[in-house]
Amino acid sequence: MISPSHFTAVVLFALFVSTVFGITMRDTPRRMFRYGLYCFVMFCGSAIVLSWVMFLIAR
Amino acid sequence: MATTPNRNAAAGPQAASQGFVYLPLIAGWLVPGAGHFLLRKWYRGALLAASIIGMFALGLAMQGKLYANAHDILDLLGLAGDLGNGLLYVVSRAAGLGAESVQVTVADWGTRFIVVAGMLNVIAAVDAHNLRTGRKHA
Repeated sequence: MISPSHFTAVVLFALFVSTVFGITMRDTPRRMFRYGLYCFVMFCGSAIVLSWVMFLIAR
Repeated sequence: MATTPNRNAAAGPQAASQGFVYLPLIAGWLVPGAGHFLLRKWYRGALLAASIIGMFALGLAMQGKLYANAHDILDLLGLAGDLGNGLLYVVSRAAGLGAESVQVTVADWGTRFIVVAGMLNVIAAVDAHNLRTGRKHA
């Protein structure tokens, strides 16, 4: 059994999902890469922002 | 009378090249990336297969749960997501992989990884179908 940290799990999740989203949602390789990168940044960024929001609310 | 053979001759090769349009959809569902491989989209198929199989394997490695039956609506949704993995789900169930119940937090993440891998596989299979029918170009 592997036990990744929460952040590692988020990064792995974002990586896999962004890859599939990029390939399936766009037509050309360049646009696929850009959209995949956009999804990856949005996944990871929103997780970090929401984590900080929850941390500040819980204080 | 004279136009019938010509029309058939014109439609013949087109019909032959169409073939069974649902084959990439079914193959892509059963084996991740297979739909794109059938359409000779090697790199896309390889990336899709690596992503979906990797996500499924990580889910199992995190002691994720494989839904076997549906006691309530959430279990039913989880089962539907798991079934999206096609043969990965069938083989894993037959091999007895996956936890019976979620014991730790990491196992909960693993369960989500497996369900999302199934949903991504369905998206990839539909993409292969769209490429086959010409709804999506390139």
